[in-house]
Amino acid sequence: MPTEPSLTPAVFAAANPAAGESASSPIRDYLSTRSSGRFADSSFAALMLLCACSIFAIVAFIFWILTVRSHLSLVQFGWKFFSRSAWDPVSGDFGALPFIYGTLATSFLALLMAVPLALGVAVFVTELCPKPLRAPISFLTELLAAIPSVVYGLWGVFVLVPLMRDVVGPFLSKTLGWTGFFSGANFGVGLLTAGIILAIMILPIISSLTRDIMLAVPNSQREGVLALGATRWEMIRVGVLRNSRIGIVGAIMLGLGRALGETMAVTMVIGNHPNISRSLFAPANTLASVIAGEFTEATGDLYLSALIEIGLALFLVTIVVNAIARLMVWAVTRGAPVGAA
Amino acid sequence: MSTQPTVPPSHSRPMNFQSKAMRFNTARRAATNHFVSGLAVLATVIVLAPLAAILFYLVYKGASSLNLAFFTNVPAPVGQPGGGMANSILGSGVILLLASLMGIPVGIASGVYLAEFGRGKMLANAVRFTADVLNGVPSIVMGIAIYSLVVMPQKHFSALAGGIVLGIMMVPTVTRTTEEMLSTVPHAIREAALGLGVPKWRTVLSVSLRTASPGIITGCMLAFARVAGETAPLLFTAFGNQFWSFKLNEPIAALPLQIFVYAISPYDEWHRLAWAGSLVLIVMIMVSVTLVRIYASRGVLKGGS
Repeated sequence: MPTEPSLTPAVFAAANPAAGESASSPIRDYLSTRSSGRFADSSFAALMLLCACSIFAIVAFIFWILTVRSHLSLVQFGWKFFSRSAWDPVSGDFGALPFIYGTLATSFLALLMAVPLALGVAVFVTELCPKPLRAPISFLTELLAAIPSVVYGLWGVFVLVPLMRDVVGPFLSKTLGWTGFFSGANFGVGLLTAGIILAIMILPIISSLTRDIMLAVPNSQREGVLALGATRWEMIRVGVLRNSRIGIVGAIMLGLGRALGETMAVTMVIGNHPNISRSLFAPANTLASVIAGEFTEATGDLYLSALIEIGLALFLVTIVVNAIARLMVWAVTRGAPVGAA
Repeated sequence: MSTQPTVPPSHSRPMNFQSKAMRFNTARRAATNHFVSGLAVLATVIVLAPLAAILFYLVYKGASSLNLAFFTNVPAPVGQPGGGMANSILGSGVILLLASLMGIPVGIASGVYLAEFGRGKMLANAVRFTADVLNGVPSIVMGIAIYSLVVMPQKHFSALAGGIVLGIMMVPTVTRTTEEMLSTVPHAIREAALGLGVPKWRTVLSVSLRTASPGIITGCMLAFARVAGETAPLLFTAFGNQFWSFKLNEPIAALPLQIFVYAISPYDEWHRLAWAGSLVLIVMIMVSVTLVRIYASRGVLKGGS
């Protein structure tokens, strides 16, 4: 038998007859004066949506303006712009092949050096290193990412270039000169030096993404492989690397996207000369560095237009590379937020 | 019947039942294991070496040129000793302020859309994807786009154009970190506010954003630090200036630009200034990044991020 009435609304209303009809709680009052809430809500949501869509607008705008401004060169040279190696501002003859070659060569060299190192760091940080060291090492590699490009360039010009010229270059040409990759005059500046700087610059992004991807591998995988009697390396190879390979390829491609567009440091150490040479000591130019080097000196509309067309090409290529890479990384981390670049 | 193992669970020789060939195999596998572990450690050392080298050279070459004049004077003409980078530091401040005013509100609003309104919608996924892709667009492309859009019609370089470029570059980073931070805010808090009859816009502003604010500030600082060192897009927008410059509609000096100009110049005096400027730039960036890390690690929502 209930001795106390439970506080259901009906009982409550019966006990206080006035409450049902004209409750004057502050909350009720507040709500009844808020008839404009719906309008405010929908306009707030619309404003947020507008800002979100501005990101589409930015991408579309960049594409549109670059297309418009490179119109002259697009019409003049057509598709052959990308297969011609002439670059003669005086006679108005332009082709982007040397820069495409320079970009591909430096990026390839950078990936060649950076990928094994980045994988090594990621394996060390996630699987091998003692817990207390994890955070500091991750932090230090991310500091590498925080160093501005121009500071890398400065360091490259005054430390790396002399080193390449006086020590590394002569050694390489003596031991590997027969391959043809390390022949010719060695000024210290050139493809190889640019590749090394690029490798240092893209290392942090590849290693931090790979680390995130490897951390996303469930521990039961590791335990399972270890329980079968695998050594630690076999566990890493079979249990971790094999499961995250798509994501790792994605991370490498994101690094590639960075390498393709990196400008200042490369401009400062690559030697800035539009030529295609087999030797890695030869000065060259990349898509990004030719823009940085010649844009403000571009006299004449066609010259400017050709440089903007190079920018347009760089924009499209990096968008495609980054889009594919993102999808690959997402496929592995399942949409989980990936460490900020 | 209890089946006690006759062989004690010894860890020293667990494989003593193996054949000779298998034992050799085990030894080989163990050796591979050690070899690869060694390679991983070596890789880490090799990666950290350039960082140490760069920081060492910055301090070694830059510290001696830092004095009061560096922070108060404008650049001296060629051949004259002394001179500083005061106008560049100020100019960088102006450009970064402009960039933050443009980039941070838009970035936060987009992040709010992704986290609070767009959950699970196709449009939100598209925005998120586009933001990530935009993040990877080379800064020099941004530079020539804004050159074409702002500088070309106006026919002169300006601080404003520099601010716009860096502002746009901040948007994707701020958007994504805001979204991440908002998605760590527990739903119960939002529901409590909505249950009290607070309108949704008010809930977002006063409850969700407020709860996530340490993380969002972190994101903004990281975006800020990232664009603070950008040089390439400023070449064609802010352009640089050897004198005091305050007007938004005129070329303005910026620290990274000045470092670049000094670094490629043939004068030793200017090289020294370039090192000193780099040291200042990197100290500013690293202090902000480190502060942010410390601040974020003891954020409001423990374990949230």
